Amino acid sequence: MNSPLLELKQISVSFEGFLALRDLDLALNQGELRAVIGPNGAGKTTFLDVITGKVAPTKGDVIFKEKSLLGQKEFRIARKGIGRKFQSPRIFENLSVQENLALSVSRPKTPFSLLINSLKVKHLDQIQHLMSIVNLQSKANIRAGSLSHGQKQWLEIAMLVGQDPDLLLVDEPVAGLTDEETDLTADLLKSLAGDHTVLVIDHDMEFIRRLDCPVSVLHQGHVLKEGSMSDIQKDPLVIEVYLGKSEEEEE
Amino acid sequence: MSIFSTKKSWINLTIWVLIIALIIAAPSVLPVFRLNLLGRYLSLAIVALGVDLIWGFTGMLSLGQGIFFALGGYCAAMFLQLNSAGEFPNGIPEFFGLYGVEKLPFFWEPFKSSIFTLISIWLLPAIIAGLLGYLVFRNRIKGVYFSILTQAALLVFFNFFNGQQKLINGTNGLKTDVTQLFGQMVGSEIMQRWFFWITAILVIFAWFFARWIVRDRFGNILIGIRDDEARVRFTGYNPVIFKTIIFSIAGGLAGVSGALYTVQSGIVSPQFMTVPFSIEMVIWVAVGGRGTLLGAILGAVLINYAKSLVSEALPASWMFIQGGLFILVVTALPEGVLGWIRTGGPKKLLFLIGINKKLETYPSLEVNEQGEVKS
Repeated sequence: MNSPLLELKQISVSFEGFLALRDLDLALNQGELRAVIGPNGAGKTTFLDVITGKVAPTKGDVIFKEKSLLGQKEFRIARKGIGRKFQSPRIFENLSVQENLALSVSRPKTPFSLLINSLKVKHLDQIQHLMSIVNLQSKANIRAGSLSHGQKQWLEIAMLVGQDPDLLLVDEPVAGLTDEETDLTADLLKSLAGDHTVLVIDHDMEFIRRLDCPVSVLHQGHVLKEGSMSDIQKDPLVIEVYLGKSEEEEE
Repeated sequence: MSIFSTKKSWINLTIWVLIIALIIAAPSVLPVFRLNLLGRYLSLAIVALGVDLIWGFTGMLSLGQGIFFALGGYCAAMFLQLNSAGEFPNGIPEFFGLYGVEKLPFFWEPFKSSIFTLISIWLLPAIIAGLLGYLVFRNRIKGVYFSILTQAALLVFFNFFNGQQKLINGTNGLKTDVTQLFGQMVGSEIMQRWFFWITAILVIFAWFFARWIVRDRFGNILIGIRDDEARVRFTGYNPVIFKTIIFSIAGGLAGVSGALYTVQSGIVSPQFMTVPFSIEMVIWVAVGGRGTLLGAILGAVLINYAKSLVSEALPASWMFIQGGLFILVVTALPEGVLGWIRTGGPKKLLFLIGINKKLETYPSLEVNEQGEVKS
């Protein structure tokens, strides 16, 4: 088999003595869909920060397409093919849906090209296609800030896909969504896997179960367990740190 | 946005017709003193366009645009001084004699060329703004820290120019009204009329240029940087380059503005680099309408015209009026006068004072007897 698309090797991150990540190892294969769960403060977001270049690890290495990402600027990592969706939807609220997507599909992403060239037909088609995936065609010229919360989440996912990344990092895509929207989002992410490698971070167990994919459990900055959802749920360690508690809360 | 576009273009068209009519009519209607004032204020509109690009669109509040404004002015003044220095001893401008300088400082030399001067008026401020901007933006300095830094830079430049008598006549500045150009005195009526026309054309040109920059994806990235810089980065764009370019463009516009202002007011001095003047530029844009290019032009011209009218009538009160205007705009019209008009402000005002009863709202639904909505 080929080497993994993304590999984190012995990553540690310390914020003034506090270890947010501790010797974290994780590998993602091409086309894989992977869920990462963990209690609050387990280091889920920090771990995305390390991959996307926002936080420099104290120790360890991040390998993407067989090259290290360490020390690279965020925009360069994005151009290499890593797209990131933030926890709360982050889109350009004062631009229309179409303009948001236009910025995401534009190539090359240099000032000169944006100023001189008009958008290529193939990119215009891509924008239409993206809007149809997330059901926003009718909102093409609406200011993105006036979309509903769920539509904003989808617009952001569409913007990620528009970047044509090999790896999508999706942080809590269903926070604040209705059950119906959650199901649609799960189907959307599943359909994206295959062409892309998708890593999803979330709290919502129902949603993760619906994704039907391998799960990594993060605890205190460390991968506690990897396996299918049903394996994870049987694991006594995992139940102790995470699932047990949340199931009690649910009852 | 499309639903507003027709209304918006209507307002724009009206304002443009008014501006062009004003510009064409002004030289035959106004006495030369008033015409000269209008010309000066139109030249200030160009620096305001630059402030709007960096602040209104990109969200970077610079309090140091006076640096670039003054640099443009000094470039023009140095050329004019040299151009008419033939009759003075050593063939160098007169003021050097006061300080016992006999040889022209080296950096004056290239300003003997008119072509070099015409290029340096915008290129020199643009380069300095670009360098300064790059260093600041690369270190991710933004928000209040950026504003403070630009103001500190302004003070450094002010103190340098103020103290260098032997190089650029220090605090006295360089006079241009008694210099010669094309065999005419720069301060003469015929020259001033010409400068008015040049300024009017350059304002329109600058507006088209700024419009071209912001109308498509480049402008959208600027708005993106203003609203969420991290998202811009994670979408694969390098905000540092965009910010440097736009700051440099604003610097170049400030330089052109400063040169036109200098030749029409007759002098350039370190007073162009005082803190209040750079803050005033921000006020023009805030009052006219941040993020609306036309608003920046209107703000600069109207506030300055109001300033001269009020100062003639009530000399001491202008600062209070200007401060009050700023507070009013920030609290009541956060998008400026033009932004307020475009978002239907006048209609709401008429409604509030009870003249207009109809307020645009959702269309009323037809209901049947049971109070259910008919489909």
